[in-house]
Amino acid sequence: MDQKAILKTIKSQITENDIVLFMKGTKEMPQCGFSSAVSKLLTDLQLPYMAVNVLDSPEIREGIKEYTDWPTIPQLYVKGEFVGGYDIVREAYEAGELEGLLKDKGLLSQN
Amino acid sequence: MPISEIDLETALKKKFPDAQIECQDLAGDEDHWEVKIVDPIFQGRSRIQQHKMVQEAVVDHDIHALSIKTADK
Repeated sequence: MDQKAILKTIKSQITENDIVLFMKGTKEMPQCGFSSAVSKLLTDLQLPYMAVNVLDSPEIREGIKEYTDWPTIPQLYVKGEFVGGYDIVREAYEAGELEGLLKDKGLLSQN
Repeated sequence: MPISEIDLETALKKKFPDAQIECQDLAGDEDHWEVKIVDPIFQGRSRIQQHKMVQEAVVDHDIHALSIKTADK
């Protein structure tokens, strides 16, 4: 795939799915501590999400860094919007902001 | 690639001259760092913008794992 097609693929992944996590490894078998931590957080919140294993595709792995203009994996997208990597997701979660965002987007019940 | 604490601090100080900076070598291999940066310059910026500024400061160094914590005070 050429670069344009890769970025198009990424765009459809993040717009056609409410929550997408670009991670190293799979939900069942994460290959990186940071990917594992974000994946576990989403599971703990009982949120369904699409996991994209960047280790399966060097093009997606480099493409998502370019698409987001963010140098590291994991990357969490909610409703097409980049939320952050591990540090930011954890901080936002601890500050209650992540749940606020998910509620605003209608992905988490209000109570 | 590993980076010494002095080089890391120097790179960060260049970008954030007035900040309070703390670097912690998490694994003792100079390749897994946690940096804490307190700088009023972060005020009013989103977390993503704040972290991007820190990433830019160390862009010339290929650090394996960099955990970033930012605060404006």
